[in-house]
Amino acid sequence: MTMRYLIAAGLAALVSTAALAQGRMPAVQLQTMEGKRTDTRAFVENDGKPVIVNFWATWCAPCKRELNAIAEVYDQWQAETGVKLVAVSIDDPRSVARVAPYVNGQGWEYDVLLDPNGELKRALNVNNVPHTFLLDGKGDIVWQHNNYEPGDEKALYRKVREVAGQ
Amino acid sequence: MRAAPFRLAAALLAAGATAIAPARAQQGAQVHGNFSTDAQYYNTDSAIGAVVPPQRFGANAWGNLIVTHGPFEAGLRFEAYNPPLAGYPAGLPYKGSGLGYRYAKFTKDGLEVTVGNFYEQFGQGLVLRSYEERYLGVDNAMDGFRLRYTPYRGVHLKGLVGLQRMSFDNGTVNGPGIVRAFDAEVSLAELLDSAWTSAHNIIIGGSFVSKYQEDRDPALVLPENVGAWAARLNYITPRWNLLAEYAHKINDPNGRNGFIYKPGQAATLSATYGTRGIGVMMGVHSFDNMFFQSDRAAPTPFDLNINFLPPLTKQHTYNLPATLYPYATQPNGEVAAQGEVFYSFKRGSPLGGKHGTKLAVNYAVAYGLDTLRLGAADDTTRRLGYRAGLFSPSERMYFQDINVELRKKVAPDWELALTYLNLVYDIDVVQGKPGKPTVYADMVILEGLHNFTDRNSVRFELQHLSTRQDLGNWATALAELTFSPHWFVAAMDQYNYVTFDETFLMDGKTEVKPERIHYPIGSVGYIKGGNRFQVNYGRQRAGIFCVGGVCRVVPAANGLSVSITSTF
Repeated sequence: MTMRYLIAAGLAALVSTAALAQGRMPAVQLQTMEGKRTDTRAFVENDGKPVIVNFWATWCAPCKRELNAIAEVYDQWQAETGVKLVAVSIDDPRSVARVAPYVNGQGWEYDVLLDPNGELKRALNVNNVPHTFLLDGKGDIVWQHNNYEPGDEKALYRKVREVAGQ
Repeated sequence: MRAAPFRLAAALLAAGATAIAPARAQQGAQVHGNFSTDAQYYNTDSAIGAVVPPQRFGANAWGNLIVTHGPFEAGLRFEAYNPPLAGYPAGLPYKGSGLGYRYAKFTKDGLEVTVGNFYEQFGQGLVLRSYEERYLGVDNAMDGFRLRYTPYRGVHLKGLVGLQRMSFDNGTVNGPGIVRAFDAEVSLAELLDSAWTSAHNIIIGGSFVSKYQEDRDPALVLPENVGAWAARLNYITPRWNLLAEYAHKINDPNGRNGFIYKPGQAATLSATYGTRGIGVMMGVHSFDNMFFQSDRAAPTPFDLNINFLPPLTKQHTYNLPATLYPYATQPNGEVAAQGEVFYSFKRGSPLGGKHGTKLAVNYAVAYGLDTLRLGAADDTTRRLGYRAGLFSPSERMYFQDINVELRKKVAPDWELALTYLNLVYDIDVVQGKPGKPTVYADMVILEGLHNFTDRNSVRFELQHLSTRQDLGNWATALAELTFSPHWFVAAMDQYNYVTFDETFLMDGKTEVKPERIHYPIGSVGYIKGGNRFQVNYGRQRAGIFCVGGVCRVVPAANGLSVSITSTF
């Protein structure tokens, strides 16, 4: 019984804090494609401009559709709002070596980070990919979406413009 | 025994959360979590051999909560399997509901301390990878403590001691073996600031892992402490990435290798090249006697794995190639190679056309390991089992996959993709079905995507697989209507048929009349923000469901299934 009370107390405390909690990027170290470690709090720095954090994998077809669709308009998005897209690959040791050749083959210009054991995925409570988060200029998570359908990138961009104050 | 540490975790979490509550306004405490469930109501359907559990309804559910407060973090996961979905999980059965995972963590001056459960990976995982693939039911979470320390920029040290999650019975059940492990890595580009390191990086790493399990065998003298080490070297330039890793395991007699005393070894090499518009990958690996489980008598190959040996093959995304004949690593012995090219034809070029064309070519092959069986000349050599060298393939081909994908936007609102695959699949070895003949299959897949408007689109797939072995031919048609950003509706039919004869040599032995079976299924999904709801109704073919490097066999089913995920 003690355990139950403790859990109940814990949950009650959690719920009471949850109401005020703002979505922040947790601190996790990820690898860049250059093999350097980078702290998540560093990569969300974008001079006060919005940041999109997108979880994907080389084996996830809708993820690739989404990132290819955004790739066609990314130049324009960046010019208009200064937004930066960080593509976090959750490819595990089976396919992590395919990430860099795939990204190059597609000609993507995103910041690509590797999360081969799901550390940031767990820290952000991502269930499955694709999962997209939008961060405002202060690094707070203001919007998220767990799916991709053609046209979703336009809904995302409307949010980006909103966050960028346009 | 099990309840005590969980009580401790609950106390920790409760104390942490209560302490945070008053301070939240200044410190900005964070509480986040997620929920996910997969549930199914099962109908009987003798035509497809659908298994109906006595409860007729199965549901897996998980809920995570994470509290962070400055450098402090604590979390737990609640799990429920009352009962689990049919065929879930991959390894030992799960039942009941309770806490599956709990931890507390803090970071101070470059030292990160974790107590409770955690996941970890050294290098590519050849000697240690603790991870979770929830949808497969693979979870070998460690339970103990871990330290990660960065004494100097670019120098990364990790050490851990713990038990491993084995199954679930109203809470996590740990296995009997203890795992102790240490890893060190130096990244030159982080360590040194120079002109050379701004464009190049060399990463050197090494690990040592040891497991302990008591020897209670009345006949054999089994090693109670089994050590394994690994070394890795990675050279990275803006265009190239060369990676080599070697692992060695001392004698580890276990149920998977027939209790032989031979050491094990593994080697992987990969090279990738990339520049805008082109990417190339080549890799080879060789594994010999590399099952490394923290219980030498682990009941299934999915339980208590300390290491991770990924298959060197492309993980397909289309339904037929992904779920009928996927390859699984053979840790007892294999030699494999893979090469892949991604290329974008530029817009305006003859092959690129107006909107550009993308090409992907992949070749993967896996053979058994050439071994020399050691006879019964004396007890010592007999107990070693066999002799083998790395990278010396046997004549038996386990797997081969040649595939080409061409993807092209033919108009601003139309995209087409054409894929061809040729597959050789040793179903006897890979799926453990002795006596079944090797499957030779050809597949052609056409995918189309048309946007009606900015928000509405239709996507279709036509897939065909032809083979004279196993279950014969398959045809699949799928149509998906999407109404961005909230709704989708999809319908799929898979049709299993045999065209080549009046009767059909099923499993290479039994002569049967070919059955022609349809597997229709419909889905509706609603997505809003961090929530996602999906409902499916219909027949689900038996297949192999893979995430990352591991696969689970999903039995045939007929019924209504619901998936809900939520993140906050």
